Amino acid sequence: MTAVAQPRITQTHADVTRDVVATLQTPSRGYYILLFSAVGLFLVGLLTFLILIKDGLGHSGYTPPVMWSVYITTFVFWVGIGHAGTLISAILFLFRSPWRTAVYRATEAMTVFAVMTAGLFPIIHIGRQWVFYWLLPYPNQRYLWPNFKSPLIWDVFAISTYLTVSTLFLIFGLIPDVAAVRDKARGWRKFIYSQLSLGWTGSDNQWRHYSRAYLYMAALATPLVLSVHSVVSWDFAASIVPGWHGTIFAPYFVAGAIYSGIGMVLTLLIPLRKALKIEHMINEYHFDNLSKLTLLTGSILFYAYAMEYFVAWYSGNTFEQTTFFRRAFGPQWWAGWTMIICNAFVSQLLWFRKIRTNLTALFVISIFINIGMWFERYVIIVSSLSNDYVPWAWDVLNPTWADWGILAGSFGWFGMYFLLFARTFPIVAIQEIKEMIPMPRRRAGGGHH
Amino acid sequence: MALPLPRPKVVPGVLASFEQVDAACDAIRALRDRGHRDLTVYTSHPNHEVEEACGHKNSPVRLFTLIGGLSGCAAGFAMTIWMSRDWPVLVGGKTIGSIPPYVVIAFELTILLGAFFTLGSVALLSLAKAGRKVLYDERFTDDRIGVFVPARADREAELTSFFREAGAVEVRHG
Repeated sequence: MTAVAQPRITQTHADVTRDVVATLQTPSRGYYILLFSAVGLFLVGLLTFLILIKDGLGHSGYTPPVMWSVYITTFVFWVGIGHAGTLISAILFLFRSPWRTAVYRATEAMTVFAVMTAGLFPIIHIGRQWVFYWLLPYPNQRYLWPNFKSPLIWDVFAISTYLTVSTLFLIFGLIPDVAAVRDKARGWRKFIYSQLSLGWTGSDNQWRHYSRAYLYMAALATPLVLSVHSVVSWDFAASIVPGWHGTIFAPYFVAGAIYSGIGMVLTLLIPLRKALKIEHMINEYHFDNLSKLTLLTGSILFYAYAMEYFVAWYSGNTFEQTTFFRRAFGPQWWAGWTMIICNAFVSQLLWFRKIRTNLTALFVISIFINIGMWFERYVIIVSSLSNDYVPWAWDVLNPTWADWGILAGSFGWFGMYFLLFARTFPIVAIQEIKEMIPMPRRRAGGGHH
Repeated sequence: MALPLPRPKVVPGVLASFEQVDAACDAIRALRDRGHRDLTVYTSHPNHEVEEACGHKNSPVRLFTLIGGLSGCAAGFAMTIWMSRDWPVLVGGKTIGSIPPYVVIAFELTILLGAFFTLGSVALLSLAKAGRKVLYDERFTDDRIGVFVPARADREAELTSFFREAGAVEVRHG
């Protein structure tokens, strides 16, 4: 597989600051159109949610036997989206991968907002949202504690740790860049960025502790990201529902999460680089590498899908076999095939270099990935619950307007935060790009690296 | 413009700006050889050459990360085991304080407290030098390297000529 060579960076340090600070200037009309559509979608979600609070969850398609449906599907979808961000910002940092620098800030921001979005869904799903804090272990008048043997409580800990740590990681990485913006800003902006830069000057003492701490944060985030989707997968795998009770669930979910996350990274970055005029900083080289990661994780998914069917057949277990037969040929066969075609097959197009470097093609593929990965979770959750052990209780889920309203709202909520972030903070990591550019020298030749 | 914290002590001295990294590093080494220990060196990004020239020992952040991680792990097991024994949920004769499921909670808290301690330690270690105010220039977050030497007014001339010779593009007093 031929790689796109890493382009030589011709910018100087001052150019990097200038170009990135320029992304924070008055945005174009296109930006406002996107922002207002995001806010509009969010309001649709908010209105739906208010109706759910008033009347109850009956509006959504919850009918026995499917009591986990679109909300939990969307929860897993958004948690998964987050994973690519941490892979790029933390795991590739530990691997010293040079292409991550230009894209990691955007992906890390995506992680934080995706997990913020995901976190809403279990809360919407519980029905009485105002008592969500019952999930946390705190001394209460009934002397009760959570059941720590339940995967749902593991999930509470995993998701809240993930949200906290990735938010801290994002903010920590931003501090030197906010200081760089502060030093270019004037007026009230300068005041705000001064407060946010927490007194950063870039002194030797600060960098000395900062660089170490950043390394440890990356080292802590790496096992964390792998654990989070494993724990999410155990929400299903630890039960004995056919189609869920599989030992491959944890790696299968982690690969799927990274796959869906990179799909979302592509969907966001391809238009964003144009809107913010940073095409020279995020270019073919980065998209080629992102595509290869997509191909790798997509192929792992392909294998996992094949293995699920194989295990179902080989187990000789009627319930398992029926579930998988109905995924492909049951009443919701179209969902099953959407998942297989969008994930296993579409990702295989990325073997071709022509496609990996064609941004229009990549954008279209990324949309397929987003759709495919949402349907993967839909198929896993809904199809397994529809066909339980008791055939007379079988039923097909029909999502309602309340399901779609909340789903649309989640895209608005996520998009709104992401767009506001891209407008307010440097979306390309200034100091890390500078680290890759050699500084001018008095004596010719001889760099440190 | 900053938060209304106690007013820091202004340290007088000389601030030189460099454009070339090797010139800055030579100057830092020369100053250290002359016995200056409390230099402040500004860079826009972490730079290995500058780090080496400053000759710092390893940052103690690692110790805090370790303590945070271990406390998180201990807290995770302690909390889950104690809470299960405090309110036993008896299901099918299964163990009350069962370790394997609690590993998940202990793991998450290891990461959480490890992260809190790591970042807390950076704040703490940076605060050690927050009490003194030294000269700064806005171009240090852009493309210049700054070297600040605390010095009394009578040594300014000597340090200025030293920095000029070392290749500084700008020298300021304050």
